[in-house]
Amino acid sequence: MTIAIHSHQAAPLLQLLHVSISPKKAPTRLLVNDVSFSIAAGKTTCVVGESGSGKSLTALSVMGLLSKQLQLNSGKVLFNTPNSGVQDLCLLDEVSLQKIRGAKIAMIFQEPMTSLNPVLTVGYQIGESLTAHLGLKGEGLKAKIADLLEMVGILPSRANSYPDELSGGQRQRVMIAMSIACEPLLLIADEPTTALDVTVQAQILKLLDDLKTRMNMGMLFITHDFGVVADIADNVVVMFRGEIVESGTKEEVLGNPQHLYTKALLACVPDAEGIKQLKPIDYAWLNKGEAA
Amino acid sequence: MSNVSPPVILQANHLVKTYTQRSGKFGFGTALVRALDNVSISLTEGKTLAVVGESGSGKSTLARCLLQLQPLDSGEVLFAGQDLARLEGAALRSVRKNLQMVFQDPFASLNPRMRVGEIVGEGLLIHQLGTASEQQQKVMAMLKRVGLTEADMQKYPHEFSGGQRQRVGIARALVLQPKVVVCDEPVSALDVSIQAQILLLLKELQAEMALSYVFISHDLRVVRHIADDIVVMHQGKVVEQGSVVDIYTQPQHEYTRHLLAAIPGKKSVSKKADNA
Repeated sequence: MTIAIHSHQAAPLLQLLHVSISPKKAPTRLLVNDVSFSIAAGKTTCVVGESGSGKSLTALSVMGLLSKQLQLNSGKVLFNTPNSGVQDLCLLDEVSLQKIRGAKIAMIFQEPMTSLNPVLTVGYQIGESLTAHLGLKGEGLKAKIADLLEMVGILPSRANSYPDELSGGQRQRVMIAMSIACEPLLLIADEPTTALDVTVQAQILKLLDDLKTRMNMGMLFITHDFGVVADIADNVVVMFRGEIVESGTKEEVLGNPQHLYTKALLACVPDAEGIKQLKPIDYAWLNKGEAA
Repeated sequence: MSNVSPPVILQANHLVKTYTQRSGKFGFGTALVRALDNVSISLTEGKTLAVVGESGSGKSTLARCLLQLQPLDSGEVLFAGQDLARLEGAALRSVRKNLQMVFQDPFASLNPRMRVGEIVGEGLLIHQLGTASEQQQKVMAMLKRVGLTEADMQKYPHEFSGGQRQRVGIARALVLQPKVVVCDEPVSALDVSIQAQILLLLKELQAEMALSYVFISHDLRVVRHIADDIVVMHQGKVVEQGSVVDIYTQPQHEYTRHLLAAIPGKKSVSKKADNA
C-alpha cells in the first residue's frame, strides 16, 4: 500500500476550482469567494493573508473539515492520486473521506499542545493512523513509530512520553511525525510555526522542506509571515477578505507584487536590516484603489 | 554637553530571581530554576532598550521584576535615585505612576467587565490625579491620541479587535504620563499590518511624551525597527548587549549569531531591499 514515487504528473496533485464558502444561515455572505489555485507534487504553495482573510477555511475545505455552521456553496476540490485518478473531494461521502484523511492528505495545526491528546503517549498517537490506514500492529508498528520519531529528530525512546513532557518544538515534531506516518501525497500545514521561537521555527521549516523533497509531497502552507514564505514557498497565493488578490511564483509575488494589497502587506513587514520604513495598510485608500 | 553621556533613567544591577519547580517522580522533588542570573541593564532616557531571547530565557521575568510586580531574590533597580526593590506600600505605589506596562495579550490583559473608559481611567483614580471631570477629560484625550474615539469609552473590551485592544492597553499605560514603559511582546499577538500600526504609534508617542521603553520581544525583525539598544538573554543570563547596529552587524556571542541566523526570510528580504 505504500506509495514510494508519485508519478501521475499530468494533472496537478490538488486543484481548487471556484471554491466559495459561506455560513449556512447567510448563504450570500461569502467568507471564501471564488478561490482557485493548484498544488503540484513536491512543491509548496503558501497561502498568505491577515486573520479573517479565509486562508484557514480554504485549508479546512480541502480536508472536508468545515464547521457544521458553514457550507461549501460551490466549487470543486480535485485531488489526483495514482490509484484512484482525479476525484472531487467535495462529492465524496464521509467514509471515503476518512480513508483519504491522514493517509493521503494530512494536516498539521498551529497549536501543538491543544492538538495532541494529553492522556495518551506520543508513540500511541503516532501509531493510531498507522493502525487505522495500514493495519500495522505489534513489533512492526513499534519499529515504524521509532523510524518516524528519528526522522523528525526525536529520540525513539520518547515514544513513551506524554505531550506535557515535551517542549513546544518537540510537540510540533511529533505532530509532523503523525502527519507523515502514512506518507501522504499532500500535507496541509496551518501556521505550524507561529507558536514557536525563531530558532525552533527555523529547524521546523527546514525539517518540513526536507521531508517535502524526500517524500515528494505537495504542501499547502498557511502563514501570515512573509519571512516564512520567502524561506519555504515555491508558489504564493495572497488572500484578502475571502478572495485571492494575487498568485504566482514566490519570485513574482515577493519580488514584483502587482496588487495594491500585496504591496501594502509587504510594506508592513519589518526587515532584519531596519532599512525599510514601516507603512501600515490604509484600508480606506485600498478600497478606493480597488474601486478605481 | 555633547560629550556627556546621556542620563540613565532606569538601572538594574545584579538581578537574581529563582523559581522552585517540582521535579522527579510525582513532583516530590524540587529543582531551582534561575530565571534571572546576575542580570544588569541600563535604560537611557528617551531611548528604547530591547530585551530579546527565546521562551524561557527570563525576559518576561525581567520585565515583571523591573516593575516590582514580582519580588527579586537580590539586586537593585534604581529609578530617580531610589532602589525600587526596597520600596513598599504607598512609597512604591507613588513611584509606580512613572513606570507602566503594556502587556502581550490584549485579550487577557483587559478586564472584560469594565468599560474601556474605566479601564483607562483606573490609574488616575488610584493615584488620585485631578477631579473626576479632569480624569474624564484625560481619558478621552488619551483614547483619541491612540486612535480610538470618545464613544469607545462606553464599550467593553470584547467589542474591539486585537489591534484596538492593544491601543486601549497603551492608553491605560500612558494616561498616567509615565517616564518608563515596559512593553512585554506588545505586537506578537497581532497581524503584521496591525503590528506596523502599533509600532509606529509607540514610536510617535515616545517622541511626543519623552518616554523610555523597555521592549521585550522574540521577533528580531521588530526589534531592529524599534530599538536603540539590545540585551540578548539566554537561560537567565545576559549574553550580549550593545547598540542595535553593533549587535546586528557584528554579533560577538555565538548565541546571538544563532538567533540572527534563524530570522525567517533573511536572504530574500535583503534582496528586495537592494532592488528597491
